[in-house]
Amino acid sequence: MDIELKEKEEYIINMGPQHPSTHGVLRFELCLLGEQVKYVIPHCGYIHRGIEKMCEHLTYPQLVHLTDRMDYLSAHINNEAVALCVEKSMNVEVSDRVKYIRTILSELTRIASHQLWWSAFGMDLGALTTFFYGLRDREKILDIFEESTGSRLTQSFITPGGLMGDVHPNFQKRVAEFIKYFRKKLPEYDQLLTGNVIFRERTKGIGIMSKEDAIDYGVTGPSGRGSGFHCDIRKIEPYSAYPFVEVNEVTLTEGDTYARYLVRIKEMWESLNILEQLVDNVPAGPIMLELKAIKAPKGEYYQRVETARGELGVYIVSDGGPSPARMKFRSPNFSNLFIINKLAAGHKIADLVAISGSLDLVIPDIDR
Amino acid sequence: MYDFAPLIDSITSYLNTNFSPFWAGLLAMVMLGLVLLLIYAVLGLYLVYAERKICARMQNRMGPNRVGPMGLFQTIADLIKLLLKELIFIRNADNFLFNIAPFIVIVASIMAIGSIPFGKGLQAIDLNIGVLYILAISSMGVIGILIAGWASNSKYSVIGAMRSGAQVISYELSVGLALLCIITYAGTMQFSEIIASQQNGWWIFKGHLPAMIAFAVYLVAGTAETNRGPFDLAEAESELTAGFHTEYSGIKFAFFFLAEYMNMFIIAAVATTLFLGGWLPFHLFQWQGFNQVMDFIPPVFWFFGKTAFVIYLMMWFKWTFPRLRIDQLLALEWKYLLPINLMNLILISFLTLMQWHF
Repeated sequence: MDIELKEKEEYIINMGPQHPSTHGVLRFELCLLGEQVKYVIPHCGYIHRGIEKMCEHLTYPQLVHLTDRMDYLSAHINNEAVALCVEKSMNVEVSDRVKYIRTILSELTRIASHQLWWSAFGMDLGALTTFFYGLRDREKILDIFEESTGSRLTQSFITPGGLMGDVHPNFQKRVAEFIKYFRKKLPEYDQLLTGNVIFRERTKGIGIMSKEDAIDYGVTGPSGRGSGFHCDIRKIEPYSAYPFVEVNEVTLTEGDTYARYLVRIKEMWESLNILEQLVDNVPAGPIMLELKAIKAPKGEYYQRVETARGELGVYIVSDGGPSPARMKFRSPNFSNLFIINKLAAGHKIADLVAISGSLDLVIPDIDR
Repeated sequence: MYDFAPLIDSITSYLNTNFSPFWAGLLAMVMLGLVLLLIYAVLGLYLVYAERKICARMQNRMGPNRVGPMGLFQTIADLIKLLLKELIFIRNADNFLFNIAPFIVIVASIMAIGSIPFGKGLQAIDLNIGVLYILAISSMGVIGILIAGWASNSKYSVIGAMRSGAQVISYELSVGLALLCIITYAGTMQFSEIIASQQNGWWIFKGHLPAMIAFAVYLVAGTAETNRGPFDLAEAESELTAGFHTEYSGIKFAFFFLAEYMNMFIIAAVATTLFLGGWLPFHLFQWQGFNQVMDFIPPVFWFFGKTAFVIYLMMWFKWTFPRLRIDQLLALEWKYLLPINLMNLILISFLTLMQWHF
């Protein structure tokens, strides 16, 4: 970051760690010129829990539970990343049934995450009603999770070697119902927010991120795709059941806050399409591999998946023991965060809130 | 029918016969003050309740429904809670100004209530410059907001107060000009005479298109003047936590809160009086039967019904629109509302001159 030396007369504000629009305990150090933001320095680490270090003392099936607590809105996808990495290291492949169920859960998670993002993004811009519309629909997904996995937020359902248990007999029926329900409700989102004049004025042309910037800073996920950066792992390196279905990558080239918003709205439609292709075709099969012990052989392994926020990489260094010798997560939010100074400098405070909302930051994922 | 003048006259004559002129005057003032304060408190509390219920309806929620039937006593319970809360004193704040700011805000809105005609004869003071008085008094509130932001010695508060100052001073112009349109039509600034001039039709209907434009401009500018969403930049929860009243607690916070709702009521009441015929019933041409039925409804109900409608419109804005940015807010006023208003005023002056309104 290119920040000039701090002058004596600068108006510095600490936005956070407790602030309504940082969605957690992130701290922005703002320097203001009246209403204008001169620069932003994000300070992370407030909620650092040492998850990577803790992983070194847990066996592979145990450490899955910690990954829920990183990006708590993509819990299933985080679980899947670890599971895939461990399975890759052991050179085993799960049954098609497991692959299908994992992908359905992941796509449901993606929709739920985008719903919550949409709700909170509206709140950031001052449209308070969006929050209740988004959460009304998110509840339906959480109910499906609760029925099948017994938990609503941190499920820890996907585990190396398969699944914790089989899904509820109603699972497919409820997912199919949800697809129908949400196809009807999604246009409401556009009516309430997308079409609003004030909303468009507030987001168009604000915080423009070029494709080069996105690649330089490693901004992935919907935020990167809003700038035309093709970074959808589901498309580049299909895993689980993605090779069996047609995935359309949503990209826009404008790179402003409005483009990042539209990418997420379109991704919800796309996720519904993927779910529709999967939900009626779930094959029968075992839900857990019969393995003697779940541990990675000596070596280094890397697996990446597409979470709701971008590319999550899991890097395991194993010495052949029951727990990893070193564990590293490449979390999407950590990379997405640091472009904020480049995007927000020169804009107003209100724009900073809009931009940080459009990057869809989940703070525990930044700090881990 | 439903004239309150005899009642008030009988109270006055009772006071005058039983007390000396000094005591009679004093008692009359005290009674008037108490009644106004009571109206103020009850209206304020139930506006908060109404907003919570209306926003709940818009957000698929129930709203308050536990304290009393349909949650009717919820806001009273909230007020008691706020009264009992600790008042936090800030070490580095300017304590004198910090304490006086909420009173300036609330006194300004209580004073404005005094000249609002609730019904025929139900008006504490019928000034011959009533509209001007309301404009002058209600813009005093911004001084309280500016003082609150400055005295709190908090960076967020200063930004909130700064925004509020810029906003209220700009939108005051539009409010004044929109009201001037109707004053031009009616030819007076006295509320009772403005209402009398609408005996055969409300100004929003009588005044052709310009009156409707003036009403729309007044609604937008009025919402902005009360610092409510989508113009709540002074508070801007997601940006400035709570803007100018970030550092306030307990009853001092409640004063700001109540004053916001009462300012909304005042804006709506003035809109009702000037554009929608005040406490006059709705009449349709020469339909005697219909008009008589309408006359049967007491004027107070007409006044509060119309005001409630305008307030509902303002709440609808707040709960469905995102917030504007400060530069967009000022651009809206200076680039759009003000020129429209000025053109509108010229048009209305012309119409009035030619006697082309009904």
